[in-house]
Amino acid sequence: MFSALRQASRSVSSTRALRTPASRPVAAAFTLRPLARTLVTTKYTKDHEAVIYDDQKNIGKVTITDYAQTSLGDVVFVELPTTDTEVAQGESIGAVESVKAASDIFSPVSGKVVAINEELGSQPSLVNKSPEDKGWLCEIELSKPSEMDDLMSAGEYQAHCEES
Amino acid sequence: MVQSNFRGATATAFLEWLTPSSLTSLSSYSSTLSVLLNEKGGIIDDTIITKHAEDAYYVVTNAGRRERDLAWFKQKLEEWNASERAAGGKVEHEVLEKWGLLALQGPHAAEYLQGLTSFDLQGLTFGKSAFVPIEGFHLHVARGGYTGEDGFEISVPPAQTMEVAELLSKSSVWLTGLGARDSLRLEAGMCLYGHDLDEDTTPVEAALSWVIGKDRREAADFIGAEGVLKHLKDGPPRRRVGLIIDGAPAREGAKILTPTDSEVIGQVTSGIPSPTLGKNIAMGYIKSGWHKKGTEVAVDVRGKLRKGVLTPMPFVKPRYWRG
Repeated sequence: MFSALRQASRSVSSTRALRTPASRPVAAAFTLRPLARTLVTTKYTKDHEAVIYDDQKNIGKVTITDYAQTSLGDVVFVELPTTDTEVAQGESIGAVESVKAASDIFSPVSGKVVAINEELGSQPSLVNKSPEDKGWLCEIELSKPSEMDDLMSAGEYQAHCEES
Repeated sequence: MVQSNFRGATATAFLEWLTPSSLTSLSSYSSTLSVLLNEKGGIIDDTIITKHAEDAYYVVTNAGRRERDLAWFKQKLEEWNASERAAGGKVEHEVLEKWGLLALQGPHAAEYLQGLTSFDLQGLTFGKSAFVPIEGFHLHVARGGYTGEDGFEISVPPAQTMEVAELLSKSSVWLTGLGARDSLRLEAGMCLYGHDLDEDTTPVEAALSWVIGKDRREAADFIGAEGVLKHLKDGPPRRRVGLIIDGAPAREGAKILTPTDSEVIGQVTSGIPSPTLGKNIAMGYIKSGWHKKGTEVAVDVRGKLRKGVLTPMPFVKPRYWRG
């Protein structure tokens, strides 16, 4: 996303609050139901992608951030990877296009694409309306779950946006 | 933009040497799109030339080409003034340093400006200009612009730029960035220097043959005439065309290929999803023979081939005021 955000002429107020991930059920040591030990974490890249990772399924849902969609303006086209494609962390897996710019989507993690959001073909504006939920891009089965540790937390990402 | 005045008894002949335009036949206070050509016939810059009189011209060139243009003007002016062609009187070039140029554009531009002046703007048709009293200012106003819409380009002396800008941006007027203007000019099929035009492109390739005056073709006395006339006579090797592309928008640099065997036959030089049409529009250069409207081609967008159809420009019909 990075180059397009630099290009985007409309400045985004640095004071605008970024959406923070919705609170998730967190594993608790004292739970009596061991099968419910699912931990969902959201991590961010400096290029303004997010990955919502379910450690039980080992699947990460890739999105662009709310900050990114605001900077791009109205999204008119989304190019997604093909299901079953193996991707490496940092590799271009598609693009999000607004009138102003085309910007690459870089995969936040390595793995195999197991699902794509078909809805975006007919409704690219979902990326604006609901960037980190209904406007999700694809799901990746992680081959190196430890890569999640290299990504930014919500707090770190917010600080990153305020700097840029 | 860079604004300039050229004055002197041989100013018409001088500018007819620098450009292929018929300035002799241009009436006073009328403008024309033109091109500055290098020795090969390549486009140094595109420009709007307004004739005030046989010996006085107002010329607007691109800010991005300032250094190249001003050096060219200086060099050619020295050559001209030292030659016999300036026997009738030398030509002077004045750069209007720090002057402002404000473009008031859109379907309601005339209505808004008319509210600020007693000058009847009905009579000021597309391509005409006049000195117009605007709320106590006396400003050069040219009807036109680079959006395909009706509008005005208003030249403002340095000391008045802020005041006039504020006066012209009240109430219903929105200040607009270059991104919006870029969408509009592309919808109107107009070139952006450095993207759609460069020094290796002749006006014939750029589909700007209409700027070359009929009398000028016969006389062939402008800089770069040989290259330009060769392209006119034999046909250019490539041509600027419009495209509508299915699926993904094709941007500058996207390759244009034959639909069957994927041979590269051209390149996109400007492209956007058109906000007015809701389609992906682009202009680019394509090998002659492939340039006819309706021709289907393939366009490579991030490694995927998309269908493109050659489409006449403008993509959106201009709405100039022609009286």
